[in-house]
Amino acid sequence: MAQNPVPDDQSVNPGGSPLRTTPLDAWHRRLGARMVPFAGYSMPVQYDLKDKLAARCRGGVLAEHLHTRAQAGLFDVSHMGQATLTGSDVAAVFERLVPGDITGLKPGRQRYTLLMNEAGGIIDDLMVARLEDNRLFLVVNAGRKDVDFTHMTANLPDTLSLHVLEDRALLALQGPAVAAVMQRLAPAAVALPFMGVAAVAIAGVDCLVSRSGYTGEDGFEISVPAGQAEALADRLIAEQEVVPIGLGARDSLRLEAGLCLYGNDIDEVTTPVEAGLTWVIGKRRKMAWDFPGALAVRDQLDNGAIRRRVGIRPDGRAPARAQTTIVAPDGTEAGMVTSGGFGPTLNAPIAMGYVRRDLAADGTKLELLVRGKALPATIVPLPFVPHRYIR
Amino acid sequence: MAAKNADRRFTKDHEWVVLDGDIATVGITDHAQEQLGDLVHVDLPQLEREVAEGESCAVVESVKAASDIFAPLAGKVVEINETIVEDPSIVNSDAEGEGWFFRIEVDDPDAFEQLMDQDAYDEYLETL
Repeated sequence: MAQNPVPDDQSVNPGGSPLRTTPLDAWHRRLGARMVPFAGYSMPVQYDLKDKLAARCRGGVLAEHLHTRAQAGLFDVSHMGQATLTGSDVAAVFERLVPGDITGLKPGRQRYTLLMNEAGGIIDDLMVARLEDNRLFLVVNAGRKDVDFTHMTANLPDTLSLHVLEDRALLALQGPAVAAVMQRLAPAAVALPFMGVAAVAIAGVDCLVSRSGYTGEDGFEISVPAGQAEALADRLIAEQEVVPIGLGARDSLRLEAGLCLYGNDIDEVTTPVEAGLTWVIGKRRKMAWDFPGALAVRDQLDNGAIRRRVGIRPDGRAPARAQTTIVAPDGTEAGMVTSGGFGPTLNAPIAMGYVRRDLAADGTKLELLVRGKALPATIVPLPFVPHRYIR
Repeated sequence: MAAKNADRRFTKDHEWVVLDGDIATVGITDHAQEQLGDLVHVDLPQLEREVAEGESCAVVESVKAASDIFAPLAGKVVEINETIVEDPSIVNSDAEGEGWFFRIEVDDPDAFEQLMDQDAYDEYLETL
């Protein structure tokens, strides 16, 4: 089945069709959100917070970012795709599409994995939770929903059934105070380990909750029926530590955490070896080499990939954005920045990108071509800000 | 009573200009800083640089994006505001005062009057 690929620039609204909205659209606007197009959805990029919320956080990307690192932020990520995949031996069968150990995933646990193509490229990165022996719960990127679900339908047998959950919202509660907040509303959620998943009632609303996120902080991702999303979001921001956080801070938080943004840092022509994601390949899968693209991945593991994803710290104050050319000390082209901006926690510019293998070592000095000027920069380890997941 | 900002002119790119003799002080409007959000970096032009009207000569960076600042009048850059380089948040807190960007010795002081006054700029903002 033919599908139009979604452009890498997810701010583009393909075909100019009307933007979709999440179940929290009115809620965002009421709270003072600035809405922008993202992956075909109208989404809050930042908030001009009012009244009680303004007293907790002045709003704007910097303040929202720092609030999430200090207390707790609530993100609407309902644009992401949620689905269940059900059927006999679903874990083993789903392994045909991903390099992760899915059969080894116990019910109540989830794992980060990759949908891969035969060339070793990444079709999408996603979360896979095992709800029951024969039922998986998937969360995929908004801009890749159609591609992913079409790919799954085309490449999985009829014994499995894919059910896309259009009628659910997804909230992410992130930050060091989330456990204290959840202790008041849903103590059962606090018992979850990192990457644990369970059906939990939060303030009386039946949710599917996982201990995970995209900020590097402790956090929960909460799948909730669309009709109850607003009541739940209101209940969460009634807690004194919690404020709503827009996509702007979501991006700077994940960049500080060294986490990939699909379409920027990984895509159909980057491999897990180049992206530094070989840890997603299950031990058993690395013996059997039975996942899509396994040959290409094995070759790169044996012989080295020509490029590697690295962390980059510009020495000065000027941020280097995605698409910035990276130049080696000898003047040759070294690679390109794939995500770049400002890290509020570090109060400094930060970036990720791909460089030639010979230039990927920590401490390597490079230059970034920003507006025609070569700015000095240094390769650094990722993440920029240490993860603080609950263990 | 004088109108608000009677001595101030504006461009469609959201720069403001005040002229003192042949020295123009340039900054970005409060509307512009509001739209850009929290600024984290400012790149100012070199002193002595000759700029044409409408030429990109400074850059502001917010957490998310970079934006060009254009010279509203032609001339030579004679002073830059280093304090906003040290602390770009001054542009957010006082865009039309302490957050000025640079001063130009203008080639043609009369060109100043061709720019929008406050009323015209406010009307222009209504159309956006």
